[in-house]
Amino acid sequence: MYQRILLAADGSKNSIRAAQEAAKIASLIPDSTIEILFVADLSKIKSEVLHSQNHEEIELKRHQKLLPIAEQLSAKNVNHETKIITGDPGPAIVEYANNEKVDLVIIGSRGLNALQEFVLGSVSHKVVKRVQCPVIVVK
Amino acid sequence: MVERIKREWFSNIRGDILAGIVVALALIPEAIAFSIIAGVDPMVGLYASFCIAVIIAFVGGRPGMISAATGAMALLMVPLVKDYGLQYLLAATILTGIIQLIFGLFKIAKLMKFIPRAVMIGFVNALAILIFMAQVPHFVGISTLTYVFVAITLIIVYVLPRFFKAIPAPLIAIIILTSVAIWGHLDLGTVGDLGRITQTLPSFFIPDIPFNFETLQIIFPYSVALAIVGLLESLLTSSIVDDMTGTESNKNRESRGQGIANIITGFFGGMAGCAMIGQSVINVKSGGRGRLSTLVAGLFLIFLILVLGGLVVQIPMPVLVGIMIMVSIGTFDWTSFSYLRKAPKTDALVMLTTVIIVVATHDLSKGVIAGVILSAIFFVAKISKLEVRRRQTSKEIIFDVTGQLFFASVEGFIKAFDFNIAEDVNIVIDFSHAHIWDDSGVGAVDKVVIKYRENNNHVTIKGLNASSKKIIDKLAVYQDANAQLKAH
Repeated sequence: MYQRILLAADGSKNSIRAAQEAAKIASLIPDSTIEILFVADLSKIKSEVLHSQNHEEIELKRHQKLLPIAEQLSAKNVNHETKIITGDPGPAIVEYANNEKVDLVIIGSRGLNALQEFVLGSVSHKVVKRVQCPVIVVK
Repeated sequence: MVERIKREWFSNIRGDILAGIVVALALIPEAIAFSIIAGVDPMVGLYASFCIAVIIAFVGGRPGMISAATGAMALLMVPLVKDYGLQYLLAATILTGIIQLIFGLFKIAKLMKFIPRAVMIGFVNALAILIFMAQVPHFVGISTLTYVFVAITLIIVYVLPRFFKAIPAPLIAIIILTSVAIWGHLDLGTVGDLGRITQTLPSFFIPDIPFNFETLQIIFPYSVALAIVGLLESLLTSSIVDDMTGTESNKNRESRGQGIANIITGFFGGMAGCAMIGQSVINVKSGGRGRLSTLVAGLFLIFLILVLGGLVVQIPMPVLVGIMIMVSIGTFDWTSFSYLRKAPKTDALVMLTTVIIVVATHDLSKGVIAGVILSAIFFVAKISKLEVRRRQTSKEIIFDVTGQLFFASVEGFIKAFDFNIAEDVNIVIDFSHAHIWDDSGVGAVDKVVIKYRENNNHVTIKGLNASSKKIIDKLAVYQDANAQLKAH
């Protein structure tokens, strides 16, 4: 079954919802592990650096964002670990999932309308199209 | 050593070459526009971008970072160029490099970490505002066609990258709109109206200035400002590249490298420059990681100018203006608005002060210095809040001191004590949660102790930490039972 589950998360509300669903699935599978993947968006790093006094503060802020996600998983006694990489979120998640050959990808969706999706670009859409394993998009 | 050269230069050859080419294409419009801001021929910025990029590839401390002619530096030069001309600018560029080299050698670069982030945020915002303001004379009230071209440029640079990313959108805007302007014989201002382009390699010469004290007096203030602003932006950029690539860099080597690059650039007829945030981000995003990417960017830039120089003068000004508006929007820190609401009021005030002073004086260095001083004052005010709590037991009165005791907090410290206490009481002053920093602090302790003694109370000091005890033992007079207050 799904031994290695990748949970792509950024700490937003929809990623917490995704975490809840991921916890439900993983709690049914013995010996499964959830990898929480956070992609630090290259386009946002300028403002992160600007708003932090040093590198440690940046890392701390990123980990703090993921705390509510980890809490959801801990509450259901699910094994989990956190991985932070840098890149363009959509392609970076796809690359990581395909290289690491995970069994399942779970990701939240912002629920954008057509215009927003044109302007902002949908990360979950890209992931669904290009990841080679099953993907669950959580609304 | 060989291992490191291999890693920094040749570990990512394909990615570095491609990214370098992309950066060179994106650099051309900026180098020209920044020359126009500074009030010099476009060649001065193009030569500078070529020289600085090539030299920094070898001597910089941050592989993968792009340095060239920048807006921050160009804005500082405006009055110097206007009043004294290009030769003085070249001399100032060389002096800027010497100052940065000295900063690097004496490891002053690491002092940059003391610059509060509120000042840095103010710095980039002020820079964005100034770059935008410098564009206004080139497009407001000229002609309707000018507005149309600015608008089309903005549409191209913002919409096109959604569909096509291989060639930087600004360059595509330039190619399309310059062609339209030439073939349509449109009446638009061009780069050629503002300066010459020469299709030659830069050559070595010594700036034609009188070598005397008066010259030094003219260029020195500019060079200091350029050196500070250049290092500030370079070190900020290197932190950004560090984080984007997840690798470390050598800040002092970068400072020395910026110095060497500016010295050589000055002798080759280029204006002072520094690292560029926007271009470095483009480089990393395009896959550039090593020193090779910076070298390729510089070499490909000069190649393009030698080949296409004749066409560069025909670029319509509104297109360049549109690209610069994009650069200023990209430079501005848009999270500042939520920062203003969420950050401590003093930080927000420091940020605003930095921006206002820069915009008022058109001098980035003045804003940074004012911001640093203001936040230092706020910091002192904040940590000088000291608390003295009084507890009473059956045998004694205990004063618990919490906070930092130093020159700025002694007044509050002394006032916090109640000296109207009955005679012959045991008084304990507990410094377990306090630190005494300087002789003013020791003097204040003396004053309190001796005043209580004058009322025939018995005073015990306890809980001093090691360094507070050291300074008390060295300077305090209260240990002498007969000590009197000095008559001030």
